[in-house]
Amino acid sequence: MIALFARLFAAFRKKDLDREFRDELASHVELLTEENRRAGMPEAEARRMAIVKIGGLDAARDMHRDARGLPAFDNLLQDLRYTLRMLRKDAGFTMFAVLIVGLGIGASTTIFSVVNTLLLRPLPFRDPGNLVWIANSGSDLSGQTTQVRYMLDLQRHSQSFSGIAGYMAFYGVGDNKLTGDGPPERLNGVQVSRNFFSLLGVQPALGRTFTAEECKWNGPNATMLSHGLWERRFSSDPNIVGKKLILNDRPVTIVGVLPASFDFGSVFAPGTRVDLYGPFPLVKETDRWGNTMAMIGRLAPGANIRSAEAEATVLAKLAEDADKNGNGFKPRMSMLSAHVSGRIRTALLVLACAVGVVMLIVCANLSNLLLARTATRQKEIAIRAALGAGRWRLVRQMLTESVVLSLLGGILGLILAFLGTASLARLQGLSIPLLEEVHVDPAALGFTLLAAIFTGLVFGLVPALHVPGMTLHDSLKETGRGTSEGRGRAWVRKALVVSEVALASVLLVGAGLLIRSFVRVMDVNLGFQPERAATLRVDPDSRYSTQAMQNAYYGDVLRRVRDIPGVQGAGLTDALPLGRNRTWGAPAEGHVYTNDNFPFAFPRIVSDGYLHAMGIPLKAGRDFTERDTPESEPVIIVNETMAGALWPGENALGKRLLGISSDKPRRVVGIVGDVRHLALEKGSGNEMYIPIRQTRDIPSVDMVVRATLPLPALASAVREALRPLDPNLPAKEFRPLETLVDRAVSPRRFTMILLGGFAAFALILASLGIYAVISYSVSQRTQEIGIRMALGATTGELQRGIVLQTLILAGVGILGGVLGSWMLARAIRSLLFGVTSNDPVTFLIMLAVLTLVAAVAGYLPARRASRIDPVAALRAA
Amino acid sequence: MPDDKLDLLQGTLDLMVLQTLDSMGSQHGYGIARRIEQVSGDLLILNQGTIYASLVRLQQNRSISASWGVSENNRRAKFYSITKTGQKKLARQAENWGRLSAVIGRFFRPASEGAPE
Repeated sequence: MIALFARLFAAFRKKDLDREFRDELASHVELLTEENRRAGMPEAEARRMAIVKIGGLDAARDMHRDARGLPAFDNLLQDLRYTLRMLRKDAGFTMFAVLIVGLGIGASTTIFSVVNTLLLRPLPFRDPGNLVWIANSGSDLSGQTTQVRYMLDLQRHSQSFSGIAGYMAFYGVGDNKLTGDGPPERLNGVQVSRNFFSLLGVQPALGRTFTAEECKWNGPNATMLSHGLWERRFSSDPNIVGKKLILNDRPVTIVGVLPASFDFGSVFAPGTRVDLYGPFPLVKETDRWGNTMAMIGRLAPGANIRSAEAEATVLAKLAEDADKNGNGFKPRMSMLSAHVSGRIRTALLVLACAVGVVMLIVCANLSNLLLARTATRQKEIAIRAALGAGRWRLVRQMLTESVVLSLLGGILGLILAFLGTASLARLQGLSIPLLEEVHVDPAALGFTLLAAIFTGLVFGLVPALHVPGMTLHDSLKETGRGTSEGRGRAWVRKALVVSEVALASVLLVGAGLLIRSFVRVMDVNLGFQPERAATLRVDPDSRYSTQAMQNAYYGDVLRRVRDIPGVQGAGLTDALPLGRNRTWGAPAEGHVYTNDNFPFAFPRIVSDGYLHAMGIPLKAGRDFTERDTPESEPVIIVNETMAGALWPGENALGKRLLGISSDKPRRVVGIVGDVRHLALEKGSGNEMYIPIRQTRDIPSVDMVVRATLPLPALASAVREALRPLDPNLPAKEFRPLETLVDRAVSPRRFTMILLGGFAAFALILASLGIYAVISYSVSQRTQEIGIRMALGATTGELQRGIVLQTLILAGVGILGGVLGSWMLARAIRSLLFGVTSNDPVTFLIMLAVLTLVAAVAGYLPARRASRIDPVAALRAA
Repeated sequence: MPDDKLDLLQGTLDLMVLQTLDSMGSQHGYGIARRIEQVSGDLLILNQGTIYASLVRLQQNRSISASWGVSENNRRAKFYSITKTGQKKLARQAENWGRLSAVIGRFFRPASEGAPE
């Protein structure tokens, strides 16, 4: 160990030690010479023999160095110095190489950070490996959620879980209106079961979680603030606990503040911000609300998810049999982490593979460049070999160069990754979980370092291994021009280009399929027109306590807004499309249904004018009017799908539905077009519209306004018009309807843009690769071309020959790429929409683009070749 | 190269250098080389340059120490002397070497000397 330090020390004091040793050796030589002289040798001979006796001064010095220092380290320093000198000398090449490695590594590190956050890193909860998402795959469309009674039953009887918590899944954006100090504001609140935070292992940063008392029906009003709201609205007031807020006109006590590390939205509702949490009572009153709970369980020690699901299934069956009035419960369990990343998993894996492919192309490209450079450096290398550099030493020198290049690229890549992750994390409203958490962490730094070294080795290996193959004799004899490149290296270079083209075509096909899917999705007939429409929450406040007062308020709001110049229509709804999801039973009068075919429909509570404001076409019958009131006959509007499903072959108009937010049957007065309500990619189910004036089941009221005014002008005009009704109307929350659509397609757009970017990068690299190879081969063949021209070959013939050579290379690559693409396309089938995985259009476009790019990349050198002056070319020989 | 001269066995040079310094006291490189040649009766081929590699190794494992002095012909020269560690090491290795050479010697003695059937 001490010796190692001594050696390391010596390696850094090389000059001093060398000088010392020279002195020592000099006196040795002197003494030997003297001895020889005494033996009768002439002066010159005595000296010569002395040096022979020592075995050569330089050899002695080298032995000394090896013994005292770290020869490997010494050589490395020397290689590095030499490398830096070479790279400085060839600044253009260096910059280009660093740039493409940097782009490649930047992309890889960014994607790695995303994958690491979303797929690899555990969720930010205690023991996240034990957390299970308990969904209900029961009969109705709302799917995931469960009625309170089954949750209580599971909590009581399940042995597989150490705890089961839940949150009320049907919270809406802006459900809570905050008034009091400061401007009024609509906040997003989620109601959670009492054990929700303790089950996840989240400790409040300030205060406490909810008490049993607060979780009773009509218990004391209490709320916990998110860290973000606490910072933003209450300037991180450390004494906030115990103070009261005015929420929806009621005083609510702040009992705690959650830590900054807890972000409900990013895990459970990507793209939304949650400001407050309230207690959700698990009692018979909330049980009556139907399937409301999204459940999370923590597995008991020793339990596994399959046995837990089996147990819950049995328990659910028992509970259903004991009380037939429940909604039913069919438990489906998945690990919470899988549930959270599930929606984006495939897309991320595809991106990770894509970035890997990009790195391969980067490596192939640089290998090619380095090969070309090695060829021009043949003589230098030969001289080094002649001067005694071992083959291994030369290989190492080449590898040092490539690793240094890629490490420099890695630095650039790291900078790009910092920028990339920062801008990803800032993307607002993207419904991708945990995206805000993405940043370059130590794992990503390690990844970058490894990626850089590995890249350097990979792209340096082929050129480096070529070095020993170059025979000293031939290289020195070669004059650097005139002779054609060896067959072996030409073959390698072509293979590299072919694989580049193949990989690029795989990425092009992938990106092409995603882009075409995206276009198809955007072309989907939404059933409504999001352009030039905006929405605003306008819930009546507590002053409007009776239904009559509320109905008067609705009429007043609509009238005032419709009177604004430029407003073409306005209507109210409780559920905007692409938002929340719930279903009600909707049996037609006079039909008998079994449990299996009992009809459900998606209810929307709307005012007159909503259909017009949304641009939902009325196919038959009439819209609601102000005269559809509690006193008049209960009416309903259904969509075409529902009309066909409930009354096949009959006219639905005039038929009646039972039990929909009314004791009396509701008569169908209108039939409207279908709306894509759940997602753009999913077709519509049964939809029904209930007049807002005939029900009190209104969780929230959104106003939709269609207007020719720009959004800011509209917002201020609406605020002005509604001021007499509600001076506290939060004004910031005016949202264009298009943002709903944007948000719904955001994961798709995210994947598409990234993959598209990779494909473009790959295409550029591949075309550079083709260009480099062809142009190199042209410059090597200058004389041959000159001779051909002298013998009468025309420019056209020459150009055709070279372009043909290029196209053959590209063709072979594309052929390989088609096979690869076909496999990739099958893997991403779940991401496609409206195109098949072997979509001929995409493949043909890829073919055309690559052929065109290859032709251009080949034509440029070809044109240069045809301008060669035969006389000059031949004379140069 | 005459056939009757011996190549140096790997690892033995360090031992010879140590023994030389132990018996002669402080010496410079030339002196050590000269001494080894004399003792070997000029039977060893000694590339005198290799002495210095050996000296560096011994210095690094603290078996010897070095200081600058003046040689007999009035030149600056580096003088090496054995340390306590070096003496211990030498004693141990000398013993090893003795045992090893005895064993090797026994191998090449006539078989009659009690080798089992």
